[in-house]
Amino acid sequence: MQIDVDERDLRARARAALDDGFLRGAVGFTVDRLRGAKARSTEALGDWEAWRERGREIRAHTLQHLDFYLEQFARAATTAGAHVHFARSAEEAQSALLRIVREKSARRVVKSKSMLSEELSVNHVLERAGVKVVETDLGEWIVQLARETPSHLILPAIHKPRAKIQALFEAQAGEPLSPDTATLAGFARGRLRQEFIAADLGITGCNFAVADTGSVVLFTNEGNGRMVSTLPKTQVVVMGLERIVPSFEELSIMANLLPRSATGQKLTTYMNVITGPRRAGEADGPTELYVIVVDNGRSRVLGDREFRDVLSCIRCGACLNVCPVYRHVGGHAYGSVYSGPIGAVLSPLLDPSGAHSELANASTLCGACFEACPVKIPLHDHLVQLRRRNVEAGLTAPAEQLAFRVYGWLFSSPFWFGILGRLARFLERWLGYRHSQRLASRVPVLADWLRFRAMPRSPERAFRDSRREKGS
Amino acid sequence: MKVALFASCVADQLYPEVARSVGRVLRHYDCELSFPPSQVCCGQPALNSGYFAEARRVASVLVDALADTDYVVAPSGSCAAMVHHHYAELFRDDPKRGAAAERLSSKIYEFSQFMVKVLKVDRIPGSFPHAVTFHPSCHATRLLGVRSEPLSLLSAVPGVELVPLPHAEDCCGFGGTFAIKLPEISAAIADEKLRHVSGTGARYLVGTDLGCLMHLAGRMQRRGMAIEALHIAQLLDRALGAAPEAA
Repeated sequence: MQIDVDERDLRARARAALDDGFLRGAVGFTVDRLRGAKARSTEALGDWEAWRERGREIRAHTLQHLDFYLEQFARAATTAGAHVHFARSAEEAQSALLRIVREKSARRVVKSKSMLSEELSVNHVLERAGVKVVETDLGEWIVQLARETPSHLILPAIHKPRAKIQALFEAQAGEPLSPDTATLAGFARGRLRQEFIAADLGITGCNFAVADTGSVVLFTNEGNGRMVSTLPKTQVVVMGLERIVPSFEELSIMANLLPRSATGQKLTTYMNVITGPRRAGEADGPTELYVIVVDNGRSRVLGDREFRDVLSCIRCGACLNVCPVYRHVGGHAYGSVYSGPIGAVLSPLLDPSGAHSELANASTLCGACFEACPVKIPLHDHLVQLRRRNVEAGLTAPAEQLAFRVYGWLFSSPFWFGILGRLARFLERWLGYRHSQRLASRVPVLADWLRFRAMPRSPERAFRDSRREKGS
Repeated sequence: MKVALFASCVADQLYPEVARSVGRVLRHYDCELSFPPSQVCCGQPALNSGYFAEARRVASVLVDALADTDYVVAPSGSCAAMVHHHYAELFRDDPKRGAAAERLSSKIYEFSQFMVKVLKVDRIPGSFPHAVTFHPSCHATRLLGVRSEPLSLLSAVPGVELVPLPHAEDCCGFGGTFAIKLPEISAAIADEKLRHVSGTGARYLVGTDLGCLMHLAGRMQRRGMAIEALHIAQLLDRALGAAPEAA
């Protein structure tokens, strides 16, 4: 199934989102609840700042020695009986996955939630190969049925009203369904149960990979990850190469940081630790386990001193929940798999084609994202650094480049700056406030200010001029 | 105590009354205040838009202008944060201004921060008998760490009824050039903020940053709201003006 691609620019997508009253109401309501829950669960932990610092240290240390830990992980996982593949690009990951699917003659695939699988367009690739693939996280399934992409890292269907979900499920059921939660969730549970049983291959993501034991760790709240990783005969894990933690000791810190930051839970409802396939005498689990370790731009970010710590991200979504921009436009306006502040930083880094370069502007630089981040990624600084790189690469509009050249010149000269101010005040007095606002609304930069806000009335004279006259 | 006022380009050209209020309040607390006339702007509009060369050009004028003083006070947490947060890095490879830029970073204060941290002001004579609500600007709070100072100053003014602003720590939507690059989102964020502001029933919306206040006041004017936006220095100035010894 092809996902519909949004070709509009950021501002046009944002405008459309702002017109969607339901979207804004639902996103605002939900992120407020998550923020409240996060505040309560992190306060309960005591010194949250110390936890954040510990989280940052663990991630920085792991990234610093990633080659060592990745090798350790691959060796341990192989010893435990898993097949480990490394994929440099999305294409390599896709063909590795297709090879496994064909080898196993898999016709029906179930998936648990994985943002990396979105990045790799796994569903699209499998469907084109004639394989039926079903998302089993409730939100992901809704989004799949609607032929959309997730609009939040952990709440993919945050933007979907109940009535739309009801209609999507009715189309599946072939009969009318009552819109109450119990009926809709019950229908999904029944239908997905059949899919779990019929599937011959399961695909999961990977929240953390433990280097010294070769374990893959899944955090889920619906239990679907456990079904996907136990019922089908074959399990394929797709993991970003930065998902590593050295040992269970560090995992225990992450097991606190991630759910508390994401949903305000003390622990995730289901935490699966998968070390190799089913062993002799075990009652369940796949007979074959494949792990595809995906680079797809990550090693380039790792080698970029300015942006390396972006790979520290543990995909909790806390930065989305506090972002004033995300709050009003939701995830789809970002036009990339990853949305919110982390998406605005990560998307252009993973895909340096320039397709996501304007996302660096999708921020007020308020810094709420940094404050919320459990591993202390300075996203607000990274957004400025990305803007600088856009300027250096000549990606900004010529008119903007000119405007800033003029700014650099005028605002570095007290004399000409003073003249400019006097000229503006003279114009306003001569035309009158009302007319000068009308005139200003024809000047490009001022126009975008004036469409939504009035300009302050000019004072009699500037502070610098009044001081000169008084001789002080 | 030798204190230089960095008015900021916004206060200098658009809100000189704020700069005057800062001056009157600081003089009341016995500061020897100067206004180095060669100052213009901190360079933040260019830096935050990615134009580092232009930002450096503008910032170097400020580094030179504010070289000879013990303290610098700005009526803006955002400008102070720009200097504090970025100048050392911006001038790292500049043999002429590197050291001066670093000194400036450590001697610049946002107005309320200076009042509380340096002048140790804990009571304000006079009165301001009105209901006010306070919007903490993001750069002041998150980049500069100025959180309690403005609130403790406001609580020290007799008569002030400080009404807590719900979701106070949320951004107002200004964001510098963000306000004109994505103005629809900027206005939507402002409208949510203003819904909270009007819900407080306060007559005055007080802040530490003129960028945010200009944006919110301009939006309120467009929407016909009768709440007055006030810089915290203006409020203190009015309170002091009502003090018996000043009358």
